[in-house]
Order: sequence, then C-alpha cells, then structure tokens
Amino acid sequence: MTDQDGFIHPYVPNAAPGPRKRLLDAVGLASVKDLYASIPENLQFKGGLDLPASMPGEYDLRRHVEDILSANKSTRDFLNFRGAGCWQHFIPAICDEIVHRGEFLTSYAGGTYSDHGKNQAIFEYQSMLGELVGMEVVTPPTYDWGAAADSAVAACGRLTGRRGVLVPELMSPERLSQMRGFTKPHADIRTVRQDPATGLLDLDDLVAKLGDDIGAVYFENPAYIGTIETQGAAISEAARSAGALVVVGVDPISLGVLAPPGDYGADFVVGDLQPLGIHMFAGGGCAGFTACRDEARFVAELPTTLVSATPTKVDGEIGFAWSTMERTAYDTRHEATDYYGTTQWLWGIGAAVYLSLLGPKGMVEIGEGVMQRSRYAAGRLGGIAGLSVLQADTPMFKEFVVSFEGAGKSVAEVNAALMKQDIVGGHDLSTEFSALGQAMLVCVTEVHSKGDIDALVDAVQEAVQ
Amino acid sequence: MSDAKPTSPTWHAAKWNEPLIMELSEADERGIVPPAADAAIAAAVGDVLADLPDSIRRKGVPELPEVPQHRVVRHFTRLSQMCLGMDVAVDMMGTCTMKYSPKMHDHVSRQPNFSDLHPLQGEETMQGLLEVMYRFNRMMCNIAGMDEFTFQPASGAQGIYTNACLIRAYRESRGELGQRDEIITTAFSHPADAATPHVAGFKVITLMPGEMGYAGVDALKAAISDRTAGLMLTNPEDTGQYNPAIEEFVRLVHEAGGLCAYDQANGNPLLGVTRAGDAGFDMCQFNLHKTFSAPHAGIGMGCAAVGVKEHLRQFLPKPVITFDGERYHLEDDRPEAIDKIRSFVGNVHAVLKAYCWVMSLGAEGLRAVAETAVLNNNYMLARIREIDGVRIPWPKNDLPKLEQVRYSWEPLFEETGVSTFEIKDRMVDYGVQHYMESHVPMLVPQPFTIEPGESLTIEEMDQMIGALASIAAEARSEPDTIRTGPHNAAISRVDEDIPHDPDGWAFTWKAMQRKKAYWTSDNRNKIDRSHGGY
Repeated sequence: MTDQDGFIHPYVPNAAPGPRKRLLDAVGLASVKDLYASIPENLQFKGGLDLPASMPGEYDLRRHVEDILSANKSTRDFLNFRGAGCWQHFIPAICDEIVHRGEFLTSYAGGTYSDHGKNQAIFEYQSMLGELVGMEVVTPPTYDWGAAADSAVAACGRLTGRRGVLVPELMSPERLSQMRGFTKPHADIRTVRQDPATGLLDLDDLVAKLGDDIGAVYFENPAYIGTIETQGAAISEAARSAGALVVVGVDPISLGVLAPPGDYGADFVVGDLQPLGIHMFAGGGCAGFTACRDEARFVAELPTTLVSATPTKVDGEIGFAWSTMERTAYDTRHEATDYYGTTQWLWGIGAAVYLSLLGPKGMVEIGEGVMQRSRYAAGRLGGIAGLSVLQADTPMFKEFVVSFEGAGKSVAEVNAALMKQDIVGGHDLSTEFSALGQAMLVCVTEVHSKGDIDALVDAVQEAVQ
Repeated sequence: MSDAKPTSPTWHAAKWNEPLIMELSEADERGIVPPAADAAIAAAVGDVLADLPDSIRRKGVPELPEVPQHRVVRHFTRLSQMCLGMDVAVDMMGTCTMKYSPKMHDHVSRQPNFSDLHPLQGEETMQGLLEVMYRFNRMMCNIAGMDEFTFQPASGAQGIYTNACLIRAYRESRGELGQRDEIITTAFSHPADAATPHVAGFKVITLMPGEMGYAGVDALKAAISDRTAGLMLTNPEDTGQYNPAIEEFVRLVHEAGGLCAYDQANGNPLLGVTRAGDAGFDMCQFNLHKTFSAPHAGIGMGCAAVGVKEHLRQFLPKPVITFDGERYHLEDDRPEAIDKIRSFVGNVHAVLKAYCWVMSLGAEGLRAVAETAVLNNNYMLARIREIDGVRIPWPKNDLPKLEQVRYSWEPLFEETGVSTFEIKDRMVDYGVQHYMESHVPMLVPQPFTIEPGESLTIEEMDQMIGALASIAAEARSEPDTIRTGPHNAAISRVDEDIPHDPDGWAFTWKAMQRKKAYWTSDNRNKIDRSHGGY
C-alpha cells in the first residue's frame, strides 16, 4: 500500500486514495509513514504479515467460514442431555431480537444520557433478578458464575478479616479452579463433605470445620450434582454463629419455585444468567451476577459497576447513573483487591427480556416443568437394570447423577454408544470425582419432551445390555 | 472537506418517557408460555412442588411484571432507541477503540451450528469451532510475534489478569515467588495493569511520566531490583504516545530477571507496524472486542487474546486447542497450567467475529486499518488543536500521536469555569457519544481523550469536531446552557448525589420504592464526589 494508491475496503473508508490524501494534506505530512516517527526504525515490521489471502468479498468470506462451521453439529442436530455449568433451555425469539438490536450490540461505555435505554434495561434486569434471589442489590453482569463466586468469597474474607473459605466437596471443578486461582494470595479453600446418600452438606463436618479462621461458607442451590440443598437456613445459622458470612450460588431459572437465598440467610448470592434466554455459544453465553443486601459495608466490597436509579430535575422522571466507582480497580489501581472491565452486559439485557416475558407464572411453570421432567427421567433411568440414581430421595433440579457401576459400563462407553444415535448423554463425572465411580450427570430441561426422554432411556438401555 | 464550524444542536434523541417494565404490569397478562411437560410425565411424577420441603419451597410467586408480548417488544425496542451505539452515532471514546462491527460476522455467529453448541458436547462435534479458533490462534501468533494464544479471558482486564497469573506461575515454577514479588507499570497504562497484579498477590510500582508524557529509562532503572517479577504496561499508553524506549525497557527488565507483558489494548495503530514479540516481550494481550471488531456489546461480551512466547506455553490455562493434521483437539493434560480464568473456552463468538475480520482485511488491510486509525487521529488532533480553550499536554513531545490523544480543557476551564465533565454531558445534545475523560490518576487537568478509529468518514469526524468547537463557544457565551444540559437527550439532568448516597442509591425496583421518599426529603446526606472519574 502506498500513500498514492491507498487501500480500498468497505471497513476502512479513509484508506481510499482520495480521503487519505485529503487527510495527509490537512495534517501537513507527505506520507503516513511520518506518523510513525515515535516507533524506532528497528522495531518497525518489515514486509507483510504472513496471513492467509484476504477475502474482502462478503459472500466469499461467508461461504468460507460457513464451510468451516459446517463441521459442527449443534444441540439442534442431536438430543442433548449435557449441562454441568451451561444448559440448553428454551429461548424466546424476542430475546434474540432485542440483544441483536444494533443500538445495544454496538454500544459500550456511554453514560447516563447517551445510553439511557441500556442503563434502564440493566436496572430492570437488576430489579427482576433481585426479586428472584431476595436481595436489593444486584450487580450488572459479571464474567460468569465462577468469577462472581470468586469476588463474593474474597469480599467475605475482607469483611471478616479471615482467610478460610469452605466449599462443598462436589463443586464444579472448573468453578473451584477459578476460585483457587483467584483467591490464591488471599484465602485458603477447604472442602466440606457432602453426604453421599443425599448430596446434602454434612452439617457435622461443616460445624467441625467452622473455626475462627473461616470467613466464608459457599454452597450452591441446586448443587453441581443437581440436588436441592434443603438445609440452607441451618447452614447459614451455623456460619453466622461462627462469625462467617454466607455465599449461595444459584441457578436463577429455579427461583420461580425454590426459595430465594435471601430468605435462608445468604449474605451474597451469585450465579449465572445463561439459563435466562441466552444461547450457550459453547460457553460464551455464560454471564455471572452478584447480589447482596443493601448495606453500605457489603456494597463497598463489590468490584463492578453498579447502576443506580436516580431522579431527574423533571418531576417523576427516572434516570440511571453509575454509583461509587471509587470502589473499583479503575480508581484504586495498585491497591485494588479485585478487578473487572468489560463484562457480559448484553446477556443482562437478554435476561431482562426473558424475565419480562416469563413473568411470575412463567417462572413457576418453567421451574415446575424442569423438575417434572428431571424426576421422570431419573425414575426411568434408575429403573434400568444395573443403573441407579444417586441421591434419588433428595429433591433435584434439572440435573441428577446416574451410576453405571452396576452395569459394568463406563460413562465414556455409554456416551459413545448414545452418540451413534445422535444423543449427547450426560457429563462424565468419573474423571472429576473418582469416589463416585462411573457416574453421569444428566441434564433435563423444559426443552425435552417425553419422547426425547424415552429415546434417551431406550438408548441407554441398549448401551448397557 | 465539510464544514466543521460551530453549530447549534438541531438533533434530538428518541425520548419515549418509557416507564420501567415493572410499572407496565397488569395482573394475569402473559408475555410467553413456556413449554409444559407432557401430561403423561405430569401424571407419572405427581406434584413435584408439594414434595419440596418448606425450607426450600418458594412462598408465593416472585413479583415479576406481567406484560403482554408486544408490549415487551415495544418496551425494549424503545430502550434500544435511547442508546447511542456505534451503529447509530459517532463514538470516539478514548481507550475504547470503537469501530464498525461487520453485520455479516454477527449473522454467522447467530446460526444454530454456532450459537447452540454446548461447551462439553465433545470435540468430535465441534470441529468447525475448533478449526476457527486454531486458525485464528496461528494468525494472532503472526500478528503479535508470539508462539501460542489463549482466548479464554472475557475482557481486556481479565486478559491482563491472566498475564499477571502467568508471571506468578513462572515465578512459582522456579521457586522464586517469595523473592520476586514486584510488578512495575506506568501511570498512563490502563488501571488493570496496576490492579490485576496486585489482585494476583504482587506489590505494584507505578512509574510516573516525565516531560515527554511517558516514563523514562531512569525511572525504570530506579524501580528495578532483585524483587522485580515483571513489567506490565500499555504502549502506546492511554495518552496515544508511544514510548520509543520500549525495547530498552524490556532489555533492562530481562537483565534483572523479570518478565515483560505488553498490554495491547491500544494495539489498533500497531497492526502490521510493530510486534510485541519483536520488541522482546514474553507475553501480550489484545482485546478482540476493540481492535479486532467484535462488538462491544453494551460493555461485553468481550474477549482478550493472550499470547505467550514458547517458554510460557505450558502455563496457559486449560484447554489449549491442538491439531494433529486431521482433527482438532481440546488439550486438557496440562499439569503446569494456571487455574481456569473463565469457564469453558471463553467468548467464542468474539473469536469467530475477529477471525472473519482478519480474513476480510488480510495483511495489507490490517496495515491499512492501523495507518488510517493513526491518520484519522492526527487529523482530529490538528483540528481540535485549533479550538480555543484546548491545550495539548507535554509540548516538548512533538512526535505524532498514534491512535488517540489525551487533551486538556484547562485553558477553557480557567477562563469560563466550565469543566470537562460538564462538556461531556453536553455532547449528547449534538448527537454524538460523549468522550472519555481519563482514567485515574487524572494527571492532566480537565482531561478528555479522543480515539477516532479507522471506521469513520471525514464528515463524521467533522461532526465531532464541530460539536466540541460549539460547546467551547457556548462555555463563553451561554455557560448555563451547558450546566443545565443536556437538553436534547432521552432524559433530563439527573440528581448526581443519589447514586453515591447509601440512603438514596437504588440498584433494584424494590430498593427504589423504599427510598423514593428520601429522594425528595430535606434531610439528605452531604455527598463527597471529589474522587474523580472512572
């Protein structure tokens, strides 16, 4: 590319020779090269980058990339029963319609006046999620459930001055890894036993480990293995009497039917928005949130932007503004205790649309429908000779664990057989928790019909015969 | 060239006076009906809710709004219209690299064979996704002069945090974490370059700028010691000034046994021009939602591409995508890998869009992007310099700026008392997105930072220049118009104290209901908002 010839491309208008010349004239330079005078000559890259030939034509490029992506098979091509941190749910068309509005999609850090509508949508998401979790403070979307949990347990450590964090032993290994990495300099993570028969937290073990060095007790509802933790109030009470704070991780799509964690003693509630109308995008759909009670000492420990409602000078008009940014790493810099930057706001807008559409009845129906289907699937799979559902007597939400120990088959073998019938079976827990043996975490949601579940049961039956 | 003389704003934002969704609720309305369980299932399992213990069953129903479907569509469509995304307005927010996000790339990402992939469905059914990520990895290695990339971090800050974790892992692997516990950065690097190493457990030393606007070699020498674990900085810094001594910085830190991490959030002007690896850096990160055109998505979903040289490859977080000549694999067997940064493999939609963007432009196109971003910026500089009341900091540094400039309204402020914050709010009256003032510390008085990027036409750049010139004129002729503004925005001037007052702030509808009386009470707390910006 020379200054005379420029470069003509739809995305770079002023690289064309005419505008390029006009701009060079305006700045009084002969060549664009002069603009790089601050970069030493020996650091300037000679020649061209070794990249594939360009495809400036949209049609050619689209064919090229669609050809590559045609090697994918998606959850729309097969029956999917895998969850484990990212779940296939029903997505209202309107969620897609709104999150792809260019005004939202291409916005960024605009403020109170320029991005009023975006701020209102985020405030509405905060409000509806706050209603679900039983808290009056909700952050804009964070990175994911794991990052939200990291920040919450770290905040508990600062609030209590204690390093210890207790977590359930059958927690998602990915999420635990995130937490171990994030809290490494500041906290010690210890696991609390879960009763193998019920999946519930072992209260005796919890109390035994609740020493005066424990700042946070973290548990999930439903647990990673799908069991509903029914002892929330007792766990919170035990933590509180030992001087620790309580962080509860939730799947928000369960909260039309399950109690809000604020009701059973949570100080912080975290979780993922992805179930609320967001496509999975191979995990790119994940987006965390953090909620807490409306107390200044808790809010002071939140690392993210916070969008507050505020009156305007016009009577009755409501605007929105960012609150107390001095909490954040943007202000504290080298003294920061946490960080955030660009997070996952678009998915917060999607969640706002989803909750607006579902409303109270929809959230109850979807919660009940998930529980009905997962119980039905658990009952049928547990009825196959050699298979058993672990923690079958504990209420479950969306996911449950099937043991193949009695069938003499590995989960990997079963899943390979299912795949031949275009069924993606449950997540293989045998590589994560050896104590569970050949155990599969099966995910059943409102997208599954009776026919879908029966097809899974038939295929599993065939695979273990 | 079009005229950029001061004008009066004739634009007006959409102003729908749209109520909150909670205020639109009407009992028994439905927005959508979710899929019900088959009757046979319902009959077979009995009343699942009745079987829930009282301790965990929700009492009553959540107080969510009940709104018919079309009203939900209208509500959120109206909200979108009150948002100045890049698709509708000129946005030159400094350090944000606002640019055109091609529509086709987004359309491809919305197709089911991309959007409806489950992250754990197995590599054999995700060969297309893995191929895109693998190919893009090789491209990024070439663009940056690195040996391997990960796309797991979901933002620039998380990418910088990943760099800090890589330095920590490297130190640990050599048994010297306790001794080498200091990271050096600069005051005009992004705040995350100071914050994230501290979060990762390091002490952080911040170098202050000299008379050229960036830290000098002497300042670095004074900071280096046998405690130095690494250097983490932006270059060009958030001022748009490239530190020409960068190679010397890297050499000195390496000689002292430190690692060097290059935050390339400001990498747009450098594509095909200079490479982190060639300057000797051990690792770097780029923001795919900035430089590589993935949409900023209302403050994310973002993606950082973190690249490393060979000696740090084993520390990259799991999984890494490999290719055996026939199939692509998610490589998990990585005993020295740092802990997971983000769940699964990150914001893959941003990777897909970035891949499309590089494929569309090619090597020559990337260089054209960089040169045009710099040319546009120097055009903005030449025109903004002419606005009476603007000062360009560090006059001794007469080298051309790269992709952005940190300007100062100090002369205008001293003459009129109108601040950069007030001007920022007035900008929306001219139909442009407001500028970014400055990150903290605000070493430049009355700062504002403008980064035009490569996407805009001259006419669009002139619109921004015209708005700034007009507001500067207003500061002299009618300062109250600025102070009482904005006037043409979606809403009127807000009460700026309430969001900072624990008795008044409201992050949810419920809190707002509880606190509304306080908003109008005579006994409000006095709020100190002197801490600066963001």
